[in-house]
Amino acid sequence: MSREEEIRSELFEHTLNGHAPEVKALTEEALTLHMDPMDILFKALIPSLEEVGRRFEKGDFFVPEMLIAARAMQGALVILRPLIAETGAKPVGRYVIGTVKGDIHDIGKNLCVIMLEGAGFEVFDLGVNTAPEKFVEAVQKHEPDIVGFSAFLTTTMPMFKANIEALQKAGLREKVHVAVGGAPVTEEYAKHVGADSYAPDASMATRMAKQLVGDRSGQTQGAQALEQAVMKIDETLRKG
Amino acid sequence: MDTRLASRSREVVVSIDRPFVIIGERINPTGRKVLAAEMKEGRMDRVRADAIAQVAAGAHMLDINAGIPMADEPALLVAAIRAVAEVTDAPICIDSSIIEALEAGLSAYEGKALVNSVTAEEERMERIFPLVKKHGAAVIGMANDETGITMVPEERLALARRIIERAADYGIPQEDVIIDPIAMTVAADPTAGQVTLATMRLIRELLGNNMTCGASNVSFGLPDRPTVNAAFLPVAMYAGLTCAITNPLIPEVRRGVLASDLLLGHDEYAMKWISAHRAEQKEISARAGSAQ
Repeated sequence: MSREEEIRSELFEHTLNGHAPEVKALTEEALTLHMDPMDILFKALIPSLEEVGRRFEKGDFFVPEMLIAARAMQGALVILRPLIAETGAKPVGRYVIGTVKGDIHDIGKNLCVIMLEGAGFEVFDLGVNTAPEKFVEAVQKHEPDIVGFSAFLTTTMPMFKANIEALQKAGLREKVHVAVGGAPVTEEYAKHVGADSYAPDASMATRMAKQLVGDRSGQTQGAQALEQAVMKIDETLRKG
Repeated sequence: MDTRLASRSREVVVSIDRPFVIIGERINPTGRKVLAAEMKEGRMDRVRADAIAQVAAGAHMLDINAGIPMADEPALLVAAIRAVAEVTDAPICIDSSIIEALEAGLSAYEGKALVNSVTAEEERMERIFPLVKKHGAAVIGMANDETGITMVPEERLALARRIIERAADYGIPQEDVIIDPIAMTVAADPTAGQVTLATMRLIRELLGNNMTCGASNVSFGLPDRPTVNAAFLPVAMYAGLTCAITNPLIPEVRRGVLASDLLLGHDEYAMKWISAHRAEQKEISARAGSAQ
């Protein structure tokens, strides 16, 4: 096995296990060996985070493991960013997400952000307690493929409908896929309020999102498409 | 400071000088599909069974939540409250974020209930405090506002203080405000446990109010949650937690609370500890007997 191959497999393993210092060191070493940053990203980091998602979905991985894996990956992205920032490619897809108005629960929503970014989406996280007009504004501005609403309370779930109505009023409803989720939310409820999809957890939300943009735009955007998203992850990181 | 809650025939006192009060959390359809489906149809058998089982397992009070999507929550909450009152005299905690449901629940309840909950959001306080006052209830005040949950203990303290002061404006005495210093999962933030405990110590020292929290939150996203929950309660009790919304059906939780009461001097000569042990032994031998 060449050192390059070793590095790929070690990056995969260390990202999977959330070893940030090792991931950083390996990324640096890879670059001194003139490995292609895109190769590092696509053959090690992204597959690793996808594996994290699979394990989480199966119940083999737990929330903290997902968080530290994402953190480890982000450490590598900080280094790779300047090297892949020059291309003007589009992201895999754009995703606007937020916890609805009146609700400040954000663990599930944050997991979605991590997973979506790991999958190459450009994610615009509007945070918690997000008013319908904020969602409308963000959809107008960023023209996302998907907008995701998260709610943790039965009292705040009706905001899904309010948000959808606000999108309708702004003439945006047909232009964006509406996904919803959160502890008390069910498939039935999602349909009832007129959402396009419901996902029970972050990993599933990400898989469905990937499928959706794949269906819509084909796989042709391929590798290049992720570059922009990577930049976005870093921007998010820098914002803290 | 004593907070008195009561059903028609039984009083429970929450106080730092008394044994810990367990508020059973099970009557809550969130994440319980079967219970949600039954409650929605107005079938309250499982609610009754949950009430009986939790009280038998050591719950002193029962939290009642009827938050089901696309259902008439006020009506369901009232039905659940009545069903619980049929089978136990444990005082209740009326749990809803819908004002109309709280109002309906309070009107239907004979006794002094605990309202779960209000936050430091002005809009919430303005609507909930008049109800609490009108019905002579007590209320849980959560130390957060519309901006989210702060991770600075002093800021949570300030929010708790604001809630207590605003409650007083409505004529609600300090002892009828139980503060929730907010327990969040350590899975998402390694400092979450420490922040909660530090907040508890501040509130205990500077405000003196009784405190409760959703004690099962701390372990969300982790494996073997019962052990984590059971470890949280004793340290929280030492920091000033005087009651908690938790699951007494989990043996680790029940035993952890009893043992902590003993260690904190709230179980003279270990009488409660011994009798709980004896009851468990009896149950084990009864089960062995019936298995033969």
